[in-house]
Amino acid sequence: LSEVISAAACARVAALDRAVADAAAHGQLPGLTGTTRAFTVLTLHYDPLVGSRAQLEEGVRGVLDGLVPGALAEGRSWRLPVSYEGEDAPDLAAVAEACGLGVDEVVRRHAGTEFQVYVLGFLPGFPFMGDLPESLRVPRRANPRTRVPAGAVAITGQLGAIYPWQSPGGWNLIGRCPARLFNPEQDPPALLAPGDRVRFDPTPAVRVAELAEAIAAGELDSRGFLEQGT
Amino acid sequence: MSHLLVREPGLQSTVQDTGRDTARRYGVPRSGAIDPSLLRLANELVGNDATAAALEVRLAGPTLEVHADSVRVACAGPATLTVTRDGTSRTESSWRSLTLGRGDLVAVRSVTPTTTAYLAVAGGIDVPPVLGSRSTYVRAALGGLEGRALRAGDRLPLARDAAPSGPDRLLPEPPRVQDAPLRVVLGPQEQHFTAAARALFASATFTVSNDVDRMGMRLDGPRLEHAAADRAEIVSEAVIPGAIQVPGDGRPIVLLADGQTVGGYPKLATVISADLGRAGTAAPGSSLRFAVVDVPTAEAAARRACSELRALVGSIRPLSGGFDLQALYECNLIGGVVDMTRPDETIIQAGR
Repeated sequence: LSEVISAAACARVAALDRAVADAAAHGQLPGLTGTTRAFTVLTLHYDPLVGSRAQLEEGVRGVLDGLVPGALAEGRSWRLPVSYEGEDAPDLAAVAEACGLGVDEVVRRHAGTEFQVYVLGFLPGFPFMGDLPESLRVPRRANPRTRVPAGAVAITGQLGAIYPWQSPGGWNLIGRCPARLFNPEQDPPALLAPGDRVRFDPTPAVRVAELAEAIAAGELDSRGFLEQGT
Repeated sequence: MSHLLVREPGLQSTVQDTGRDTARRYGVPRSGAIDPSLLRLANELVGNDATAAALEVRLAGPTLEVHADSVRVACAGPATLTVTRDGTSRTESSWRSLTLGRGDLVAVRSVTPTTTAYLAVAGGIDVPPVLGSRSTYVRAALGGLEGRALRAGDRLPLARDAAPSGPDRLLPEPPRVQDAPLRVVLGPQEQHFTAAARALFASATFTVSNDVDRMGMRLDGPRLEHAAADRAEIVSEAVIPGAIQVPGDGRPIVLLADGQTVGGYPKLATVISADLGRAGTAAPGSSLRFAVVDVPTAEAAARRACSELRALVGSIRPLSGGFDLQALYECNLIGGVVDMTRPDETIIQAGR
């Protein structure tokens, strides 16, 4: 639906996804088993024992013709605490140098950005968010890490993310967020949803560690990071 | 609680069922059996629903001890089993059910020439479903037993305290291991590769590297060149099990059941669903070739694979020959008898 990543492109994907779900509910897309949203592409999954690609393409063409552009989603607003200190931010100094900025200025600009969640994917609950200001855009690390810790706040190009799980990864790590981004016992299991707006709140490392412990112990629900009135 | 005690865990033994399809939009892969048709056959041999959870065994399997009055198990896939009762061991084959008693040990030995077999238990492995499935997804510690592969000392909870009544069952003609080329549908990004790379892909022989797990398998072979340097990455989009993505180094990766939900490498082709089980169970060091087919052919192959599986399931029959000791044992009709078919073995005690 687009060549480049943007909020508008994600909104078109979301609008198409909703229209496809609607058409499927009316029996117009036989065999459809699900969809996957990405930045510029909506992927349709189907069961070849029930439907065929030719039938689906015909059905989707009708949906596309009638597509009304809409917003990505209503979206909720989040304020997530982040430690930008020491071991929590192993790439912060390198990012600052690459951007020609002081470390404090990188923090100020990152925390001053209102991100929008574009896509969930890669790992359960992993939020791809944009857009970073031009002044903070750096490429992936030349040497990807084999272990990025859960909670790592990361940036690359125009995108930001938080790793919900320990995983290999090539993004630049500039902070640590204690929120639990995925909980299979909650519905929906992902804390964030496409269209949600996220601000990062610079928080002392000690406090972030305390919050992480309280969340792990089940004493604190990450949904409490929702901003009041949303 | 009736359970199987894990004496030895095997290399990578995980609880799997048919996978979870509803959480893909939250970034959760489908997971589930690498070879769904083998899972189905194992479940059918013990009389389970197709959705029951079984143990997926890769390369070298576990040794399990029965902590239940009795239990019926069956293995599907190219494995041999060892059953030990009162210190005496015997070898058993896949493709039939076995009814075991308390204290018996069952070991799934080497799985070869392909890597994967399924050990099903009548009633299923009774771990709690997570997001609609009991399948283990290790990366996010979801499902299965604490979201991880088996360890020594684990207890696999059983849904039944005793084996079902009735005779054991057998699949008379198991599916043969095939080495025909894996059929693929080209794309979605085949135009990101040179014409030479596309031709090479369809004609060359690749070797499965040692870099294989439930997420994917990396192949060795000729490098598949991108049409230009900037064509080695795309804006991330959905990837599915079977997708063949080719990063900048030109070495293809076939994504499997635990593959991530979105990815940023161009996909040269996708293995068709009818051949995906065969792809995912190919052993490191074995050769693979690809054959390009069109979408209607792939869809027809899926329908055909489904009817072939149905025919295999339909061919499963009770084990005949004499009265069935284990069935009698199970029904508590006997208080102890010498098994004349295995004179070395001691008395089977029932009624416990």
